[in-house]
Amino acid sequence: MSGPGKGKRAEWLVTMPSFAWLLLFFAAPSLIVLAFTFHGHTANGGVGEWSLSTWRELVDPDYPTIVWKTIRISFEVTFWSILLALPCAYATARMTKRWRSLLAGAIMLPFWTSFVVRVFAWKTMLHPDGWIQACYHAWLHFKCWLYAWIPGVGVPAWAHGGTGDCLIGVAGCAIDAAKTTMIDSELAVVLVSVYSFLPFAIMPIYTAAEKFDFSLLEAARDLGAKNFYAFRKIFIPGVWQGIVSAVLMVFIPAVGSYVIPQMLGGTECVLIGNKIFMRAIQNRNIPHASALATLMAVSVLVPLAAAMWWKRRQTVRDRRRLEVRTAQLMTGGEAQR
Amino acid sequence: MKRSYFSVAVLALVVAFLYVPIVLVFVYAFVPNGITMSFHKANGEFIGFTGRWYAQIFRGDYALKDLMQSFWLSLKVAGLATLVSCVLGTTAALALHRWRGRLQSIHHALVYTPLIMPDILIGISLLMLFVACRVDCGFWTILIAHVTFCVSYVVMTILARLQDFDDRLIEAAYDLGAGPWYTFFKVELPLLMPGIVAGGLLAFTLSIDDVVITSFVNGAGTNTFPTYVNSMVKHSKNLPSVFALSTLMLIFTCVLVGLSKLITGGQQQQKKGKTK
Repeated sequence: MSGPGKGKRAEWLVTMPSFAWLLLFFAAPSLIVLAFTFHGHTANGGVGEWSLSTWRELVDPDYPTIVWKTIRISFEVTFWSILLALPCAYATARMTKRWRSLLAGAIMLPFWTSFVVRVFAWKTMLHPDGWIQACYHAWLHFKCWLYAWIPGVGVPAWAHGGTGDCLIGVAGCAIDAAKTTMIDSELAVVLVSVYSFLPFAIMPIYTAAEKFDFSLLEAARDLGAKNFYAFRKIFIPGVWQGIVSAVLMVFIPAVGSYVIPQMLGGTECVLIGNKIFMRAIQNRNIPHASALATLMAVSVLVPLAAAMWWKRRQTVRDRRRLEVRTAQLMTGGEAQR
Repeated sequence: MKRSYFSVAVLALVVAFLYVPIVLVFVYAFVPNGITMSFHKANGEFIGFTGRWYAQIFRGDYALKDLMQSFWLSLKVAGLATLVSCVLGTTAALALHRWRGRLQSIHHALVYTPLIMPDILIGISLLMLFVACRVDCGFWTILIAHVTFCVSYVVMTILARLQDFDDRLIEAAYDLGAGPWYTFFKVELPLLMPGIVAGGLLAFTLSIDDVVITSFVNGAGTNTFPTYVNSMVKHSKNLPSVFALSTLMLIFTCVLVGLSKLITGGQQQQKKGKTK
């Protein structure tokens, strides 16, 4: 084929750069993390002697709650993302080609702004004296300015506090009150996480939906199925592979997320990611951070392995079905029946 | 055919939802009070909009020294990481495409596992490596970390391109007397270029946006743009300037992408005209 030769030496030569890099900076560090969990820590932030003390410390009653909370929030985020992504992918896939590329661009464009900046913008908005109040005051200001321009009227006394203003004011206060409870809460973390991961849920489902044969839905409707029934029984199984990838694309970063809970969760919503960062950087307890990371790896890998196993079983089943069908055709079993 | 208005409505709402923070960034770049981030005084009086945060950026104000430093560092790291990961990614994709066997199956696993690892695990394991080797964290550790998580994405992109690569072209080059190196640089590499460029763009975007991994390996005092912004949770007086800078960057990217679309679109039109 190509490149410098085809022999064993050539293979090693071409493989080595990336192989060595990933071995050194990806595989080896993972093993180091595992090794560090079996060490104690020293007072000056170093790594101490071999011991099981780190694992014993993990029995801390806080941790099961935090792990459980992380997994629960990740599931919530995944659920809402998929729920929103399904109709989006469906609607996009049914549009004309021009609209589709336009929409794909429109969905990706917000992501050209830095992730941290976007999370910060949410934080600013969800802040108790945020934009709703600002909008209200801007509206009052604008109204006074308007009245001032109408000749001979001036600013009437009732410009402040008309019925409309009252309604806006009450609504604004209610929303502001709701937001007071919203910042530093689980709800804020889930909301912003869904916001951040939604495109990663839409894209795989959309890719699957593009290949979906929409005339099947029409056929189902002709046979008397209601819209939603057809969607549930025909469309969802049709794009199932896309849904499985979407779940993985959202669930894995959600388990590992640490910026969003740090900015929007306050003390209310501390997840494993935050604990790992705290132990590694702030308290400088390296073995402890390693142990938590191992814990997280396990909690990601278990659902992942389950999904892989499920997917493989599915393909095995499909392939078997195909084999049976081919055998039938070849032996003429179909014709006999 | 019956259209589903419900799904279209959900789509419209979701797109609007995705643009909420973009609008906020745009609006808050004009906020008069950078500490409380509000448009009104404590007594509720509306103040108005200000352009002074933009002025600060264009003036090169001293207050923004750290911000601008982190911004240039981000660009530098992203540029270098893109370069290195493109080279590593191309060789890796070629190896994975050309050979099968035990070595390549391990190689394959090594390339794909970082894709399914949460960022925070890659970050902490690299930190552990640097702790174990007693390396001081700084520019180089950030660069190494960025290359490590970018390579896999580059490999994926190039492999996708290699899948519909016509291997007969290489054989043709050999038959015409070209050596292996000559074939590689004159035939294979130019044909792979679009894949490499796409992978490089992806790597650049990922690198310039990364906060989780960087915040583990940056060491004290070295900040990229995202980690700088992240550290502002405690003192946010430069926040409106960050928003102004982000708005400028977004506009710049849009113009760049628009121009490239225009150019490639023009080329495609030309090609179409030629084939006709």
